[in-house]
Amino acid sequence: MKIYADNASTTKLDPCVLEEMLPFLKEDFGNPSSLHSKGLFAQRAVDKARLIISESIGVNPEEIIFTSGATESDNLAIKGIAYANKDSTRKKIITTKIEHDAVLKTFEQLSLEGFETVFLNVDKEGFVKLDELKKELTEKTLLVSIIHANNEIGTIQDIKTISELCHKVGAIFHTDATQSYTKIPINIKDLNIDLMTMNAHKLHGPKGVGALYIKEGLKIKPLFGGGGQEFKIRSGTYNVAGIVGFGKAVEIQTKQIEKNSDYIKSLRDELYQKLSKIENSKINGPTDLSKEKRLVNNLNIRFSGIEGEAMLFRLDDLGIMVSTASACSSQSLKPSHVLMACGLSHEQAHGSLRFSLSKFNHPSEIPIIATAVEKVVTDLRKLSPLVGLRKQKVN
Amino acid sequence: MALDYTQKVIELFRNPKNVGEIDSPDVEVKEGSPACGDLLQLQLKINPISKIIDDIKFKSFGCASNIATASIVTEMAKGKKIDDAEKISWQDATKELGGLPNVKVHCSVLAVDALKQAIEKYKIKEGLLKIDENAITKDFIISKLGHVIDPSKGTDIVRLKYVLYVGVEKSKEDEKAVDILIQLSHPQDVDYEENIKEEILEKLEYIPKIKNIKIEFLTHSIN
Repeated sequence: MKIYADNASTTKLDPCVLEEMLPFLKEDFGNPSSLHSKGLFAQRAVDKARLIISESIGVNPEEIIFTSGATESDNLAIKGIAYANKDSTRKKIITTKIEHDAVLKTFEQLSLEGFETVFLNVDKEGFVKLDELKKELTEKTLLVSIIHANNEIGTIQDIKTISELCHKVGAIFHTDATQSYTKIPINIKDLNIDLMTMNAHKLHGPKGVGALYIKEGLKIKPLFGGGGQEFKIRSGTYNVAGIVGFGKAVEIQTKQIEKNSDYIKSLRDELYQKLSKIENSKINGPTDLSKEKRLVNNLNIRFSGIEGEAMLFRLDDLGIMVSTASACSSQSLKPSHVLMACGLSHEQAHGSLRFSLSKFNHPSEIPIIATAVEKVVTDLRKLSPLVGLRKQKVN
Repeated sequence: MALDYTQKVIELFRNPKNVGEIDSPDVEVKEGSPACGDLLQLQLKINPISKIIDDIKFKSFGCASNIATASIVTEMAKGKKIDDAEKISWQDATKELGGLPNVKVHCSVLAVDALKQAIEKYKIKEGLLKIDENAITKDFIISKLGHVIDPSKGTDIVRLKYVLYVGVEKSKEDEKAVDILIQLSHPQDVDYEENIKEEILEKLEYIPKIKNIKIEFLTHSIN
């Protein structure tokens, strides 16, 4: 039996979503930009998806731009605002140390292009320090980009307070809601968000499609030159099947948002209960597991004395798929920037595992995961030169 | 990135050979560092007359390929004379495993280095290898520093050009020994300084003719 507990990486396509997409990969293959009936049919399908997504966050359909995914949405939001305001006196852009690479690398690039970039610290649970943000916000601040719910440790930022602070000095506020969208109710007007990144494949939709909410009236410079699709903001032929699937996935998820989050949270909390009993294990990210503070599907735990990739492969052998914050499989041996920003030692960060659940996980899977993790941790600790060596200073 | 391990690597990762510790080993080394997510401990029992490696055991804080390479290297070394065992190259080990993904080749380098270091340490201890004070030159020190990795870069500190100065001079405390001064530029991520320092000491401290080791990190600004 296989157990998939890596839903923060990607999720299983909902069968109803696939059903909805299939005609657009077969007979309804039209290009929405075409004037004939096949084109119009596709156009209407795209419009419908746009409407579903706009309604899910309480905005106008014209404020939703389809993209190829969250990476493009982040790039479009940040570079789009930066380049559209090149002549402005506002040259400062602010983000955090726990963003996704799509944001971090974009900021690094803009820093080379003359923007003053600030990477805010977070506390040990991954929350942005509001005092620090206040200090950095000035009338020179153009844009602030802060991730809504963190992909590794599930920390949910106080977006409402943050956006208020930004607007006080006239800064534009962007949030990457890739992990939180349809898991936490988001009302744009309520939270006062100017730009928001969303995508489909984290919510049982297809890969290769995302969206960016852009508040009406905001000037944004397109990333690509081309045919002028998406209100002249994002050129490129429509990924019709993907967009249709995205719309369907959002429709399903928003209807089930309460039910799903309660269900997933109960599984996550039970998994945490079981895993926290393993000796020398500790949760990374918010210890407050409430829906307001920590993403319901996320659990990130460090096990002292052993390395994440080894745990991951041993678990994979037992049919359980999770993810590791260890960077042992990448060129750099530096572990997760998120865990490091939370103040973990390199060793602790290397020994961390992320479990992320979805509505497709079954309660019976939780004890199986827990037993397997315990076995793997015990086996690998027998192999570790660190265990025993420094028992007194773990965690 | 999904990693494509060979069947042999997976098999040894699942059931590694020669895991554990030896009662009163003749020599023990630790190579790598937990900060890199890559630490290997090797212990050897060596027949004092035949110089054959009678037993060799490892422990690993490391990834799947770290465990698999340690397993294969210990298997290759066991039963060999130390002079033959130290000729095992990382290419031999990698070949034996049927290959490693590129990003994991450093694991077999680490395992082979650990073995070489263990044998060298044993030879020095037993007086089979004499490094007299004249042999401890600047180049000798640099060759050792070439095994010290900056975890944030995954590359050794020599190739990263961190080494600004290596001074070797006759020790004030012992005429037949030397004092070493190593000056390095700060790694990009200063969090790793302590770590780099510890690793350098691990690579040099066991050499009897080295009396004192001083390591300094200097600021970049030379102007």
